[in-house]
Formats: sequence, structure tokens, C-alpha cells
Amino acid sequence: MTPLDDRNEGTANNDGTFAENILHFARTLRKAGIPVGPGRVIEALKAVECAGLERRDDFYWTLHSVFVNRHDQWHLFDQAFHIFWKNPDILKKMMDMMLPTTFLDQVHSDQEEISKRLSQALAPSEAPGDHDDGGKEEIEINAELTTSNKELLQTKDFEDMSLEELELAKKAMKNLRLPIREVKTRRLQTDLRSGNIDMRRTLRAALRSGGGAIPLKYKSQVKRHPPLVVLCDISGSMSQYSRMLLHFLHALTNDRDRVHTFLFGTRLSNITRYMKYRDVDDALDAVSEKVEDWSGGTRIGSTVAEFNKNWSRRVLGQGAVVLFISDGLDRDEEHGLGTEMDRLHKSCRQLIWLNPLLRYEGFEPKARGIKAILPHVDIFRTVHNLQSLQDLSKLLSSPDKGHSVQGRFVA
Amino acid sequence: MPTSLPNSIDDVQTLLKAADYVADRSLATVLYLSLKMGRPLFLEGEAGVGKTEIAKVLADQLDRPLIRLQCYEGLDVSSAVYEWNYARQMIEIRLAEATDSVDKDKLGSDIFSEKFLIKRPLLNALEDTGRGAPVLLIDELDRTDEPFEAYLLEILSDFQITIPELGTIAAKEAPIVIVTSNRTREIHDALKRRCLYHWVDYPDAEREKEIISRKLPGADKELSAQIVAFVQKLRADPALFKLPGIAESLDWTNALTELNVISLDPDVINDTLGVLLKYQDDIAKIQGSEAAELIAQINTELELSNDAAG
Repeated sequence: MTPLDDRNEGTANNDGTFAENILHFARTLRKAGIPVGPGRVIEALKAVECAGLERRDDFYWTLHSVFVNRHDQWHLFDQAFHIFWKNPDILKKMMDMMLPTTFLDQVHSDQEEISKRLSQALAPSEAPGDHDDGGKEEIEINAELTTSNKELLQTKDFEDMSLEELELAKKAMKNLRLPIREVKTRRLQTDLRSGNIDMRRTLRAALRSGGGAIPLKYKSQVKRHPPLVVLCDISGSMSQYSRMLLHFLHALTNDRDRVHTFLFGTRLSNITRYMKYRDVDDALDAVSEKVEDWSGGTRIGSTVAEFNKNWSRRVLGQGAVVLFISDGLDRDEEHGLGTEMDRLHKSCRQLIWLNPLLRYEGFEPKARGIKAILPHVDIFRTVHNLQSLQDLSKLLSSPDKGHSVQGRFVA
Repeated sequence: MPTSLPNSIDDVQTLLKAADYVADRSLATVLYLSLKMGRPLFLEGEAGVGKTEIAKVLADQLDRPLIRLQCYEGLDVSSAVYEWNYARQMIEIRLAEATDSVDKDKLGSDIFSEKFLIKRPLLNALEDTGRGAPVLLIDELDRTDEPFEAYLLEILSDFQITIPELGTIAAKEAPIVIVTSNRTREIHDALKRRCLYHWVDYPDAEREKEIISRKLPGADKELSAQIVAFVQKLRADPALFKLPGIAESLDWTNALTELNVISLDPDVINDTLGVLLKYQDDIAKIQGSEAAELIAQINTELELSNDAAG
């Protein structure tokens, strides 16, 4: 095991530079996106003092235990650690910012593939690159259409809307709610009228009244929305819809807890964190920056497989309802799509498929992808205008029909 | 007297090894830190990698009582922390009435005293047991809901519990707290912040072999080498939905030993695969030709390494 650096010999707390190094390391991590507060830095110093610095791997795991608190942060931490503590002189250069290129060169030659976030965090700050939103230009072509009244807006297909109409529709979406029927939890709350007897409150009330009469107090089961997991297709054929639906999903996410949103095209991206930004534009900017496969092809089978493997156990617990938004046109058809949808269906409480293709009268499931998915969904609905979204709300708040509506067409 | 706490990371490793728990250096490091700094240890990882076992081994080796709180949805204060003994309280009130000496205030403070308190695991963990502070295992925290998680914050940071009628009860000596999660949902950052975090991964082949030989000394060496190689190959298979943990390898080794199997062959694997894989899809995928292929690969690899060694 190589000693870290000759400055670091001896105990940690009598060496000022060492504490400073930890501090800068924490800053690097923070810039790279791992939430590390000042409390953590103090904690890290204490921990390093306890564990000592004799072995590099001990030092590694010590910092890991304090700075990392989710498994997916490990990769970032690992890279940052190896770059940062290989040559703490990098730090000096970084702080001076006099020789940014030298530092960057070193970083690049040191490690072949450093994650983009990390190299941005290590590099001197620059103005972030401008991202132009391809979608907007596309819509602007229709901009000369006349304004329409609200009623028309309700039933107009998202694809046919003008820019102005789209804006109006987005505003309307902000106020849409998705009242999925609440489910009973096993937690109890005070109830004024009926339920189980709450002995604790009953006894206290009895005492207050002097013990002559015992007024019964009740508690009953708390009801709560089940978690909602959204899988939304962003391939070329869906792009107009998915862009609009993101507004709806944003409103949903901010309306309640436990909403997880995933986008898929050729790969799967979890955008839950970005959807939690309060401002819808900030949220969507962050999403379009993060997601790279907008308007490309679709690989439903393999992305759903990825979801099943990496996420289903983490987000589908506690009886989640899944909204699967896609036109079902799969590029690599048949690639295990049926089995994967089956697995998805078995892992959740209810699987709802929203398919904009359903707006066409006389739609028949001919594509193999659609045929593969259809047997495994509980509810099959269209989603192409505001009205259909409102209908969806109504459907979801109606009494739980469970699996009896399997594969039914509700156009 | 309880055994004193280990003084270095090496000590922790020896301590775990003495209980046949083969830990890698990283786990020993965080465990040492957690003991030394008096911080709860938050262990996350797939099912069957030995998270719960750590707490058991620790309690055993340090000679402390183990207090286990198994989490489930709807777990609330009255089953995790404390409950009042209502039946006794009722009788007390009746008695007070019968003797006609009802002083409401006095009665109130009387029936909400420690005498009527039923202690549950978390409250027990704050008490001195005579054998030093206990090991508190909060198992599968992800199974409970957020309100309970929030309740744990006070306990995990200050090792104290507030009972409205009684006041705050604080631990004289902080218990050794181990929290485990299978990650069926993300635990809130506020809770993780109060703990030291560690991800418990599947062991590598060497460590897995050592675990099997320590836990099942009767198992045939060559058979366990085959088993480990097979399980390691399964873990590398991206198509499987649920990968086998160490617990499953141990079960499998045990099952095969009981069946007097000396060497893995496709038929044996097909018959016993249910011990290793717990999803029908996964079993169907591996059973038959895939298993035969894997075992052929493993045998050539093992032969090669034997030749190299010989």
C-alpha cells in the first residue's frame, strides 16, 4: 500500500493542510453532484482520525462511508478519489486556476473515461454550454394558426396544436390532477366517529372526565395514494406527445410524493430528480440536458428489461401503479418484449398503457410490439389531447376494478 | 463484563473471522469506524449478502445482547417503542374510585408512570442490560414507511426517546446500531446522514470459497470450487432477474452435500436449481443447455488452474 502523501503523515488534526485537502475533496464531490454538506466534512475528519492513514484502502473506505450514501454515487466517488488523491498537487493548480490546461491535460491522460460530470466539477468553472431545445423550432412552423377557444383546445390533438395552443394546453395541464384511488395502509390515525378503539386517548379522556364515564375514542386506517411509476416513450414517433406529457408529469410529481418518472427511447433514464424542480421550465431544461436519446429509435423490450432488472425492486414496492406511455412500435420487435411486460405487470398493482395511436378510429393491434404488450396491461387508453387526460383522471379515481379490465379497449 | 471494543481495523477483522464471518477490508473499516465513533451503521445491499448476520456476529463476539427490530409496513410506536398497559391502567382507575380517593392529578401521573409502561425493542435498546450497551439491529428498514423513518431520527442521532407523558429517556451508553436495507425504496437522506453508509456487495470467488469452507466444513473442496465458480458465473449473467446471494450458495452447497453429490453435472443442477434461483423465469433460462454449457466451461477452467498449480 502506498502512503498517501508525505504531508499526511502523523495524525490528521495537527496538520492543517490535510484538513484542507479533505475540504477540497468534499467540494469536488459536491460539484460533481454528490450532496456533501459541511457537517459531512467534519465527520470525515473525525473518521479519518479514528481509522488512521496507514493504508490507502482504509482511507478510501473511511471517506466512502461518510461521503457516499447511495450505491449509485459510488462510481463517481471512486473516480474522484483516484484522481484527487493520486496527486494532491492537482489541487493547488486547481485552486490557483492559473494553469487550467495543465490540470485538465493531467486529468485526461490519467484516466481514459472520467465521467462528464466529474471532469466538469474538477475543471475550472466555465459558462455551461447552451442547449437549444430542438422541439421548439419544430413547433414554430405552425405558429400562424389562429387562437382557438377552450373547448376546441380540449379535443385538439397535441400534434396539431400551434405554439400558442400548446402553451395554453401546458397551462391547463398544470391544473390537472391524477386522483388514483387511495389504498389503505396499515398505519392508524385519529378518527372522530368510528374505527378501532384508541385505548391511549380513551384512557386520557376517562381521566379528564373523572373516571365516571369512559368516552370512547377511535382510530382508523390511513389511506394513501399508491406510488406512481411513469415509463414514457420519447422516440421519434412519440416526441410531440411525450414533450407535452412531461408537463403533465411535472404537475403530477409536484402534487404528491412517491412519483417516479423514467424516459426511454434506446435507453432508460431516470428523471425523477429533475421532475422535482418546482419550476416546470427548469425541470424540463434539466431533463433535455440529461436525456440523450430524444426522438431517436425505440427499443421497448430491452429498456423495459433494464427497468425490471435495475429499478423494479426499488420503485415498485408498496403496490405501485405503472403508467406506460408508448405507441408500442418497437424497433427490435419481439426481443423478449412479451416476457418483460409480463414481469412488469406481475411486479405492480396496476399497469396502465397510454397509447396515442388509439385515437384513430378502427385502430387494431397489428404491430407485433403492440400485440406483445397488450395481454399484460390492465387498462388501455388513448392519450392525445387534454380531454383524454381528463378522462384518464376519472377512470383512475373510479372504484378499483383490479385485473378484471385486462386488455380492454377504452378509446 | 462485555468484551471491550476492538482497537483497530485488523482487530475487527480478527473478531469477525473468529465467528466465521469472512468480511473484506472495506466492511471491517466501516464497522470499526462505527464502533469507534459511536455512529449507527447503515448497510445496504442485495438480499442474502450477510447484512443481518453482521449484527448477530457482533453481538455474539462482543458478548452483548442483540435487540432486533424487524420492520414492516405500518410499524408504529406502540409496537416498536412502547405501549401503555391499558388493562392495568383501567384497574388502577377502578381501584382508585373504589377507595374513593380520586385525586385526578395524582391519578393521572400515577397511571402514566413507568410501572405501566410496556417496553418495545427500541426502548429496550436504550437501557443498560448489565452486559454493556446492546447491539440494536433495525432490519429491512425499507419495508416500513416514511413516518416511522422520521421517528427514528431522534433515536439514531441522540439515542433518546421522548414519551409525552413521561419525558425524555436517554441511553447512558449508546447502543451499537446496525440498520439494514434491501433498497426496495430509497431511504431518506436525513436518516442516512446520521449513519455511516456501506454497500455490501457479493463476495469475489476467493472470499466465497472461504465462507463456504468456514460455514460448511464438511463440504467437499472440489465441489465447493465448482459451486462457487457456477454461482459467480450466474452473477455475471445480465439476463437474470434475481441473482443468488451468499445465503443461496450456502444452501446449495448444503443441499448437494446432503444428496451426496461429489461433482456438479447438468442433471444435478437441473434438479436442484430451485435452491439457487427463486424466479421461474430465471430457472427456465438456466436449466438445460445453458447449465450444461456453464458447467463445461467451469470444468475446463478448473482443470487449467489445477494444471497450473500442479
